Amino acid sequence: MDTDTIAAISTAVTNAGIGIVRISGEDSFQIIDKIYRSENGKKILSQEKSHTVHYGYICDGEKKIDEVMVLILKSPNTYTKEDTVEIDCHGGILVMRRILETVIKYGARLAEPGEFTKRAFLNGRIDLSQAESVMDLINAKNDFALKSSIDQLGGSLKKAIKEMREKILHEIALIESALDDPEHISMEGYGEQLLEILQELSHRIESLLSVSENGQLLKEGINTAIIGKPNAGKSSLMNVLAGKERAIVTDIAGTTRDMIEEQVNLNGVTLNIMDTAGIRDTQDVVEKIGVDKAKKYLSESDLVFYVIDSSTIFDENDKEILELLDQKKSILLLNKSDLDPVTSEEKVRQILQEREMLHPLISISAKEKSGLEELKAVIQNMFFKGEIQIQDEIYITNVRQKSSLESAKESLSMVERSIADGMPEDFYSIDLMNAYQELGNITGETVGEDLVNEIFSKFCMGK
Amino acid sequence: MPYIEEEYDVCVVGAGHAGCEAALACARLGLDTILFTVSVESIALMPCNPNIGGSSKGHLVREIDALGGQMGINIDKTFIQSKMLNCSKGPAVHSLRAQADKSEYTRLMRKTLENTDHLTIRQAEVTELIVENEHIKGVKTFSGASYYSKAVVLCTGTYLKARCLYGDVVNHTGPNGLQSADYLSDSLKENGVELFRFKTGTPARVDKRSIDFSKMEEQKGDERVVPFSFTTDPEDVQIDQVSCWLTYTNLKTHEVIRENLDRSPLYSGMIEGTGPRYCPSIEDKVVKFADKERHQVFLEPEGLYTNEMYVGGMSSSLPEDVQYQMYRSVAGMEQVKIVRNAYAIEYDCINPRQLYPSLEFKKIRGLFSGGQFNGSSGYEEAAAQGLIAGINAAMFSLGKDPLILDRSTSYIGVLIDDLVTKENHEPYRMMTSRAEYRLLLRQDNADLRLSKIGYEVGLISQERYDWVVEKERLIEKEVERIQHVKIGANAAVQKILELHGSTPLKTGTTLAELIRRPELTYEMLKEIDSDRPDFPEDVIEQVNIQVKYDGYIKRQLKQVKEFKKLENKRLPEHFDYDQVKSLRIEAKQKLNLYQPVNLGQASRISGVSPADISVLLVYLEQMYRKNKE
Repeated sequence: MDTDTIAAISTAVTNAGIGIVRISGEDSFQIIDKIYRSENGKKILSQEKSHTVHYGYICDGEKKIDEVMVLILKSPNTYTKEDTVEIDCHGGILVMRRILETVIKYGARLAEPGEFTKRAFLNGRIDLSQAESVMDLINAKNDFALKSSIDQLGGSLKKAIKEMREKILHEIALIESALDDPEHISMEGYGEQLLEILQELSHRIESLLSVSENGQLLKEGINTAIIGKPNAGKSSLMNVLAGKERAIVTDIAGTTRDMIEEQVNLNGVTLNIMDTAGIRDTQDVVEKIGVDKAKKYLSESDLVFYVIDSSTIFDENDKEILELLDQKKSILLLNKSDLDPVTSEEKVRQILQEREMLHPLISISAKEKSGLEELKAVIQNMFFKGEIQIQDEIYITNVRQKSSLESAKESLSMVERSIADGMPEDFYSIDLMNAYQELGNITGETVGEDLVNEIFSKFCMGK
Repeated sequence: MPYIEEEYDVCVVGAGHAGCEAALACARLGLDTILFTVSVESIALMPCNPNIGGSSKGHLVREIDALGGQMGINIDKTFIQSKMLNCSKGPAVHSLRAQADKSEYTRLMRKTLENTDHLTIRQAEVTELIVENEHIKGVKTFSGASYYSKAVVLCTGTYLKARCLYGDVVNHTGPNGLQSADYLSDSLKENGVELFRFKTGTPARVDKRSIDFSKMEEQKGDERVVPFSFTTDPEDVQIDQVSCWLTYTNLKTHEVIRENLDRSPLYSGMIEGTGPRYCPSIEDKVVKFADKERHQVFLEPEGLYTNEMYVGGMSSSLPEDVQYQMYRSVAGMEQVKIVRNAYAIEYDCINPRQLYPSLEFKKIRGLFSGGQFNGSSGYEEAAAQGLIAGINAAMFSLGKDPLILDRSTSYIGVLIDDLVTKENHEPYRMMTSRAEYRLLLRQDNADLRLSKIGYEVGLISQERYDWVVEKERLIEKEVERIQHVKIGANAAVQKILELHGSTPLKTGTTLAELIRRPELTYEMLKEIDSDRPDFPEDVIEQVNIQVKYDGYIKRQLKQVKEFKKLENKRLPEHFDYDQVKSLRIEAKQKLNLYQPVNLGQASRISGVSPADISVLLVYLEQMYRKNKE
């Protein structure tokens, strides 16, 4: 029954290994034919034999995205029993995502979590005895995806989308009330009025799409918190790691703060660094970092850099924070190695030993940029050993959200086209509704009775 | 003491718009049918507004007609003014609305019922359901008589434990002072039926002679009237029409209302029922939209042989003296005389979640219901449900599968699906925005959409069906033809374009492309289309719409294809969803409560996620495979 074609990244997303983008469904070959180029440009994969591997490139029109190996698997001898294409790529996360986006652009739909397995079962590929586990998998994966996507959504992004949805809903309600009660509400000159609103909305969506050049709305990478006492050198470390002064990434007011703190790539590992010093509501420059605050950052991060100021005393507060780090992947950074130490590396090592903590400790100088190579090596090592990892659902969510934003934008431009073509108002609300739904997908909101409620609360109707 | 005992195939309780359609459908399908009413004079009564149709409601009437119902035919013969609303908008929202001569409407419907074979009309109050082992066996009346039947259709409208209120006056009656039905509610409760208490209201009726129309704007009917019924000859509806009149409330009116709000039973807490937001009383409007300086008021005639006029837009439950002050503050109504007071009415109805989309009760087999009893409002909504409930009571009696119209087929499908699937907290009114595939569900193509179904049910004649099939063929052929008619950029063509204010052609194109221009229509281009065959008006209309809105229509057809995938996956009846362990708890609870008939309906229940639907898909496949093994 599910005859549409789905795609997803089907291996764990890491920066290092080879990833596979898998496509399954009727149009798999049609899609790969549109985006695959062989070396000589002549090979057409749909004409090739099943279960063969082909070297070549994935292209979006004229633009080459990556060098790949493509596996052609014809129905029914595939996992889903449908025509399947697997694209092996090795260019890292960003490339993998770009390939997935290209596949979607050319006609596939992003797979729901667990959907390949669902199809495998529905098409009789998976044994009846495993039905229970298939069902468990579907809900578990979806719960996780939903949770991660909504959790990761920054407050201001959520707000921006909410505002846009409210605006759209209001316009739909206006049109619909006029249709339901034509003798009460006039729509004279409404087209031009709506056009202005549409242009503003499209502009806002474009801004969101360009929030970063990668179009990521969610933080991808390893969530990393830098904590430490004021003046320990957190911000300097941040700037050194980022290799620049912190820059504003978007022109939408307020989005920067909670969307991407700072994304840095260290030897191929992407870190999302939350600069706790950058928090603005801490007006009081207290001498010690509040433990509560530290706890909050710790719970939100996958990795912690604890910056210790070697020019001050290692006090009770430091010890308390150390306790918190016990069960957390963290790296201790003894900063200001350029100054005379009050707290020496030996001293800290001793404290760690007493507590049987095996956390790496590195002496650095953010000012003189020393010790950074060692830090990078430690991070890389932790990553490849699998001690720290990225949750791949976030990548998928980004693709999903980007495609929702794009669909919303497309729907709005359809409304613009309808206005330009002189179509009557009732045609506008159909595409406006689509845009409303697409934006709702991002924030996890369904339509329900929204429209009817809006109509009744904002417009005076009836007999 | 001897009591009357009779046997029928179907009992229909209530002879309002729902009951009439239900009874006619059953009787016309050859089933012995008895129709109960508390008053024969009140058959097909219009106790509120004097019109049939209107936005989206006009669609319902057309659909009722295409399925073989009576409402369209009845209004075509008794209307006194008619208008196609939303003419400047797209064809999907064109809606026909006719002012009825109320007493004529009632009289003609009664005559039709009285002359239908297999149909018995009985004036009696039904007080009790006879239920055995969760199967309906018949009904009992106040006099103690028993009527046994295979199926029962409840269409009690606003009569159950009804009370009418204005100010501190309470009348324990149904609408218009008619006898209420005070016992059936208890019998329903005893049988485990969950009841709601809803409220609605109506404005005053006033004496035409006391109105100064010179202070009002005249509202005339359309010059060329379009009939509701596909069986009505359009020439037969070109009659002399009467006018309605438009005036407005003003600040004075609003002041009177505000000063007396504390005397309204709505605000004093005397009314418990939930009222509809879309049909607010004038006091609601003044409170909720406090910044509006005026509201429209329509004076509509109640019929040709009465001076009573309906004061549209000013329904109220304020006390009598306030009603006088309020109405008399309106321009043109300074001397107005009230014939009947405005009032609010409260009544029992059911939580429609207890029904299948066939309108059969999930827990009582053979018991069906339709109309305001199901928590809807409006004559047209009632008639639509009555027709479906009637058809399905007949199907049940005949041992056939029920007729279930889905959301992609009709407004009726949307109406019923909304009622039985969504949380409903107020009387439900149809709206075009509720129909997600409304470009396909137009009032102009209701016959093409539904006549085949009406024919299969047995309510549409062979002749009528044959014409629809032929019409379909003609449209398809003509739409195909004009895709290929080449139009050159020659002088004759440019002249026609210029005539209709359309930009001249630079290169050749097809006729279809030209028709898609907003300022042009299929008919306008007749001259430059020399091979065009002659077609009836309704074929021409369809060709024009299908070509003009081709892109939009195709997109919706694609959406419908997606929609059908889940709609076609049936779920078992009386199923225990706790068995499906991977469903989330909320989903299990909701699914157990609603017992959806298919995955599509399940997906529309709030609290059931797409992942739950995937789980159910896997579960269904598992069951299917197990059964095969």
